[in-house]
Amino acid sequence: MIQLLAFYLFASTAVISGIMVVFSRNPVHSVLWLILAFFSAAGLFVMMGAEFLAMLLMIVYVGAVAVLFLFVVMMLDVDFAELRGRVAEYLPIGLAIGAVLMMQLSFGFLAWQEVDAARPAEMMSRGVGNAQQLGEVIYTKYVYAFQVSGLILLVAMIGAIVLTLRHRDGVKKQNVLTQMYRDPKEAVVMRDVKPGGSL
Amino acid sequence: MIGLTHYLGVAAVLFVIGVFGIFLNRKNIIIILMSIELMLLAVNINFVAFSTHLGDIGGQVFTLFVLTVAAAEAAIGLAILVCFHRNRGTIAVEDVNMMKG
Repeated sequence: MIQLLAFYLFASTAVISGIMVVFSRNPVHSVLWLILAFFSAAGLFVMMGAEFLAMLLMIVYVGAVAVLFLFVVMMLDVDFAELRGRVAEYLPIGLAIGAVLMMQLSFGFLAWQEVDAARPAEMMSRGVGNAQQLGEVIYTKYVYAFQVSGLILLVAMIGAIVLTLRHRDGVKKQNVLTQMYRDPKEAVVMRDVKPGGSL
Repeated sequence: MIGLTHYLGVAAVLFVIGVFGIFLNRKNIIIILMSIELMLLAVNINFVAFSTHLGDIGGQVFTLFVLTVAAAEAAIGLAILVCFHRNRGTIAVEDVNMMKG
């Protein structure tokens, strides 16, 4: 009973906040609704027994991606009201495509029959935690995919830095090589200043 | 009792909301990126639901990879957005025609 209640709470929160992401006038509000959607999805993950992924969703999405979105939205000096545009014009076609997609998804689900023979090799009911189960397969069976995902993150990091790095003229920077090659003999000049005189 | 159907229903609704958001906010690329995140979240819910239903941890592993790729995509997308805004002073999708595609 309490489980059903929790499911409907999380599910309705996720759906409503998803709708609010789309319909919010202010992009900052959209990002905040997106965070709420991720939170409720993490709740659904916990209910499905994927605690590790729920934590990951919190850390990666709420902690990193959503904050990145928030940062960009606040940093860019953009008139979002102007970008809002003609919502009423796009509403019918959007609704039509959404309805068609929903229909297709439900037909696909209704026509789906579970194949009993497709039982997996790694069963999950071994009395170990979710994180341990994941860890046991990530570094053995899926090790190449795991490495590739690390590579993707590296490429994304380098790409983001290259895209946003800006070299401006006239900015004083520390040049380590110049500093190291500085010769004390050339840097300091001894002058004999006479009393009462100047250089 | 909550079964696979419930989770698939939530995931389908979230996915459709994501698609709908792309159509509704055609000009604002930030909302489009957020809609894509919503769609990926729906996919993740599907993966985990089937993983639990079938008792196979593989679905959760792939959720992990989807999360990774989604994070990378968001970072690259926002970097391109910042770069574009610096060059053109706008983020309207309709103005993106520098490459004459």
